[in-house]
Amino acid sequence: MSKPQAEKIEIELTVNGQPVAVSVSPVERLLDTLRYTMNLTGTKEGCGEGECGACTVVLDGLPVNSCLVPTIQARGRRVETIESIDPSRLSELLDSGATQCGACTPGVVMSACWVLDHPDLCDSHSLRELMAGNLCRCTGYDGIIDGLAAALDASNQRPGAGA
Amino acid sequence: MASPRRSEGISKLTGRERYVDDLAIDGCWWGMTARSPAPRGRIREIRFGKGVDWSEFVVVDHRDIPGPNEVRLIELDQPVLAADRVRHVHEAVVLVAHPSREMCRRAIREIEIVVDREPPALDFRVTPSPDQIQYADDNVLKHLRIEKGDVERALAGAAHVVEEVYETGAQEHVYLETQGMLAWEDDGVVTVSGSMQCPYYVLNALIHALGRDEKQVRVVQTPTGGGFGGKEDYPSNIALHAALLALKAKHPVKIIYDRGEDLAATTKRHPSLVRHRTGVDSEGRLVAQDIEMILDGGAYVTLSPVVLSRGIIHAAGPYACDNVRIVGRAVMTNSVPFGAFRGFGAPQSLFACERQMDRVARAASLSPAEIRRRNLIRDGQTTSTSQRIDDGTDRLAVLDAALRRSDYDAKREAHRSFNASHPYLRRGMGLASFYHGAGFTGGGEVYLASTQHVAGLPDGRVEVRSASTEIGQGTRTIFATIAASRLGLDESDIVIAEPDTSRVPNSGPTVASRTAMVVGHLLELACDDLRRTLGLPKDAPGDAVRAAIIARLASHPSEELVGKARYKAPPGIQWDEQTYKGDAYGTFAWATYVAEVEVDLRMFETRVIAFDAVQEIGKVLNETLARGQIQGGVVQAIGWALTEDFVWKDGAMANAQLTNYIIPSACDVPPIGVEFLENPYPHGAMGAKGIGELPMDGPAPAICNAVADALGVEPTTIPLTPERLMDLMTEAGVA
Ligand code: FES
Ligand code: FES
Repeated sequence: MSKPQAEKIEIELTVNGQPVAVSVSPVERLLDTLRYTMNLTGTKEGCGEGECGACTVVLDGLPVNSCLVPTIQARGRRVETIESIDPSRLSELLDSGATQCGACTPGVVMSACWVLDHPDLCDSHSLRELMAGNLCRCTGYDGIIDGLAAALDASNQRPGAGA
Repeated sequence: MASPRRSEGISKLTGRERYVDDLAIDGCWWGMTARSPAPRGRIREIRFGKGVDWSEFVVVDHRDIPGPNEVRLIELDQPVLAADRVRHVHEAVVLVAHPSREMCRRAIREIEIVVDREPPALDFRVTPSPDQIQYADDNVLKHLRIEKGDVERALAGAAHVVEEVYETGAQEHVYLETQGMLAWEDDGVVTVSGSMQCPYYVLNALIHALGRDEKQVRVVQTPTGGGFGGKEDYPSNIALHAALLALKAKHPVKIIYDRGEDLAATTKRHPSLVRHRTGVDSEGRLVAQDIEMILDGGAYVTLSPVVLSRGIIHAAGPYACDNVRIVGRAVMTNSVPFGAFRGFGAPQSLFACERQMDRVARAASLSPAEIRRRNLIRDGQTTSTSQRIDDGTDRLAVLDAALRRSDYDAKREAHRSFNASHPYLRRGMGLASFYHGAGFTGGGEVYLASTQHVAGLPDGRVEVRSASTEIGQGTRTIFATIAASRLGLDESDIVIAEPDTSRVPNSGPTVASRTAMVVGHLLELACDDLRRTLGLPKDAPGDAVRAAIIARLASHPSEELVGKARYKAPPGIQWDEQTYKGDAYGTFAWATYVAEVEVDLRMFETRVIAFDAVQEIGKVLNETLARGQIQGGVVQAIGWALTEDFVWKDGAMANAQLTNYIIPSACDVPPIGVEFLENPYPHGAMGAKGIGELPMDGPAPAICNAVADALGVEPTTIPLTPERLMDLMTEAGVA
């Protein structure tokens, strides 16, 4: 059978805290490696061109569109996907109606949790600006923005939350 | 009281929900589609290039279709795969399957479909030349007409007559999950599983074109990442494609469209042109509405006749007028087919109606609020189809609540001084009053005769069996609430069955804002039937229901314990399909929306800076879900009104990318204020009316009315892009 792609390359990376080794073609997208090789299907494809944010993962601490990242660029780096998120962080988003059809939701949650982890961003940016990289066609965004605001409030009030 | 939480919410928030492309199936092949390069013509030849080894592929064309080469819907004009001629660019011609998706992509690039071109009809507004005729003798797919009173006489006696033409563009659904289907054959049964709104539409399409009986096909809906009408009819096509490939490959086959293919090839909202001639008396009361609505029907009939029907029925707006004439036609063109999209013709006709009302107000020297106040339908008056409205809803209260909530008068005042002093920003307020009929039009629900089941389970829980799908709107949660409330049980006692046609009855399609109201009411009746079957009185408490289910299934373990209901029209409903007179809908939801805009005269860019949506929807079943429907619908409509522009080439979308087909982001829209007024509808579940489509109707005219208020120009065409606004202002001599 003719090969779909030329030379494959062996790389190692850390996904959700676990070291993994994969063999990928040079053009393979991180999104596809996660979804089809590692069966981490929580990360979604909405556009494949960096517009919608459904494929958001956190790469070495920064949110990225995994549809735009060749997997080989993740060599030796840390990737966190939606599968790493603790469901207990999501109750405000659930209550506010942040998800409807759910197709944008894993990306929305990755961005929202990143904002929750970096609350200082809110001093210089509105929540709508911080979430503008995640398109949602269902909620009209209020459910997402209200839920994130409530989650930020709650985490401020949690014991040990820094000033 | 807090609303019950969305039942599958955590599963979606954590990414555990499994959509069709998330299913790992052993031995699954990928399927892909080769499409027509031309808008119209005869297929001369299909060339298969040498860049791939074709022996590795399964290739399917029209000759592989066991039954009639027809996608079963209203008419049978659309082929599953084009045979000798094509009628639009991107029409499916050849299918390929291979274990590797990348190899499928390469194979598609190697296929050349050679078409001897014929003259296409590409502009629905222009009378086709004889060599462009392809349907009947005028390319008109459907003519419809509504008549009430004597329009010409009333216009002759009117104090003011206002004439204008309005146009709306196509719109792409952009459900975030693209279309996808998985098919396989097992023991002589073809199963198709995927993203869809209407499992029984898909089932019927499979039965027809595969030439199989009901027992040899099965359709299962997977969690569906948005639909908005885009997964009403089109999934039948992909389901057939996946099934044909799976049958020939003898492997499961999965077809997942990428965004580019989805944007290019699937259905869109019908573009429209609506002409109004409106007469009012010296007090500003409507005396005549003369309306013509034309829809671009695209290359195949799809759902255009019923979209036109809903469009013209809503065209006169929520107003009382004794003399109304509405003529409508859907015109065939060689564009990619148009299909169902949230609102289904009503957003188009209500855009025209509500823009026109503002112009009529100016002619009659009344404010936009006052013209609506004088003309909104009162109980005892009739709509354009002579449907008598007598529901006890205070439509003026809806209008007043919207004006109050948006601080309409004070803001309008404030904007006048702001506009006089600001160098380049202009602000304005606009409103739209409208209504939306829920459920199928006219006799549609009677024709569907939907059925709904509930089944007792051995542990005393109750399973809801319905083909009505969860597509993000909250069906599962709402059904649990309705069944629990009817049976006196907890929501946790209710199980929602997977929509699998081998297990659930045909409760009708998940469309037309009908699921909570119509199917939800059937669910209530099925619950009553279950109670009756158990020999329990109507008021038996939940504990007794649970105990009786457990006892019955313990003593009769091999029997199914099922409560059933079938649709019957509410008493007194009359509809005449020939004359288009009577009760077009069982009920309407009523609304007034207010938009506040800011236009930047440097860029001609319009931003919505505040938005309030007030509606009477019978009864709110779940506040969070209902609010989410309204907010999401409003934002989708803001996109249609301002940014979602099509670049057409040969009847196809040239900008089939989210990079240049622009839907709103969180930054582009304000918070959407939502208020519900309630007046329970006796024939809807727990008093509910349908709401899914309502919010699509009001925003576009409210926004354009606000732009008119801000700038003193009259937008007539959407999307109102900066380019269009600049042209409009240049023409008006104000820029
Ligand atoms: S799929 Fe990556 S941004 Fe849309
Ligand atoms: S919940 Fe459907 S796209 Fe966001």
